[in-house]
Amino acid sequence: MIGNIVAAITDGGEAATDFESIATVTVGAGGSANIEFTSIPSTFQHLQIRYLGRGTFNGGDVEVHMQINSDTGSNYTRHFIYGDGSTAGAGSATSQTKIVLNDVPAATSTSGIFGTTVMDILDYTNTNKNKTVRALIGRDKNGSGVLLLSSFLWSSTSAITSIKIFPSANNFAQYSHFALYGIKG
Amino acid sequence: MPKTYEPIATTTLGSSATEINFTSISGSFTDLILVGRFSSTTLIFGGMNLRFNSDSGSNYSYTLLEGTGSAASSARASNTTAMEMGYNGTNDAGQNIIIQIQNYSNTTTNKTAISRYNSPAGQVMSYVGLWRNTAAITSIRFAVNNQALATGSTFTLYGIKAE
Repeated sequence: MIGNIVAAITDGGEAATDFESIATVTVGAGGSANIEFTSIPSTFQHLQIRYLGRGTFNGGDVEVHMQINSDTGSNYTRHFIYGDGSTAGAGSATSQTKIVLNDVPAATSTSGIFGTTVMDILDYTNTNKNKTVRALIGRDKNGSGVLLLSSFLWSSTSAITSIKIFPSANNFAQYSHFALYGIKG
Repeated sequence: MPKTYEPIATTTLGSSATEINFTSISGSFTDLILVGRFSSTTLIFGGMNLRFNSDSGSNYSYTLLEGTGSAASSARASNTTAMEMGYNGTNDAGQNIIIQIQNYSNTTTNKTAISRYNSPAGQVMSYVGLWRNTAAITSIRFAVNNQALATGSTFTLYGIKAE
C-alpha cells in the first residue's frame, strides 16, 4: 500500500491528490479511554491509520485493541511475526473479540516514549469481502523494544463505518496521536 | 477534507556520496516519510543510519527484525550515536527503504521512527528506533556505515498533514 501510494505520487508528478486526512485525535491532559472514528465516509478505496500511543496503565506497557463497527463478537483473527531484540518469532490467534495491536509504553516507562503503528485497511467498503488489515507496529525504549509485522482479519462483509481503538487497561496518555486517512482508488 | 502526502524534497546522486541530508524541514506537516532506492559502492557490510538535527550524541536506540530467506532473527542496540534503520549485507543494487517518522515537529515527546528495508538479493528487515530528544526534527542525515551511496541513488522526503 505505502509503496503504491508513493509510486502514484512520483509517477503522476502531482502530490496530495489521492491521500486525504479524514480525522485526527490528539489526547489531552486527562487521557482518553478510547479513540473512535465514526461515520467514516465511503468515498475512498482504502484507509490508513497512523498513531503514536502511550498508556496511563501503571505498568511498563499496555496492549492496544481495536474493534470495527462496534463488533464485540469472536470475529477477529491475527497472524504476526515479531522481534523483541533477541528473539524472532511468530504467532496467531483466532476467534478473538478484538484486534490486538500489541503494546505501547505505559506509566512506568520513561516519560516521552511512545509506540508507533502504521496500518492499512483494505477495500473497507466492499460488501463482498471479509476485511483485512495489515500493520507495522513497534516501540523502542532504549534497552527494550518490540517490532511486529501483523495481519488481521475481520470476518464480516459489512462496509466499515466506524473504528474504535482502546488500551486494554486505563487510558491513552496525553499526547497520544491518532490519524485516519483515506486513499482513493 | 484536506489533501495531503506531499513530496518535500528529492535527491538523486550524480556522483557517489557518503551521506544524504534534508535540511530546513518545515514544521507544517504531521508525519514524515523518507523513501530511498539506492546501492552502495563497496561490498563492506554496514548499517543505514539516521541522525536528526545533527545530533551525534549517544541518544539513539533501535530494535530490528530480519529475515534472510533461511532464518529470522532479532537484535537491538542502545545508546548509539545514530538510529540504524537497515543493514546492507549484500551490496544489492536494488536496495530500498521506507522510514516513517510520526509527529516529528512536536516538542513534548521523544521521536520514534519505524522502517521497512528490503534487499531483494539478501534480506528483508524492519526497524523501530528511538531518538531521546523532544526537539522538533528540522534536519535528517542518512548515511551507510563504511560505504558511499552510489551514483543514481535516490531519496525523497514526503510530508503527511493530518486534519
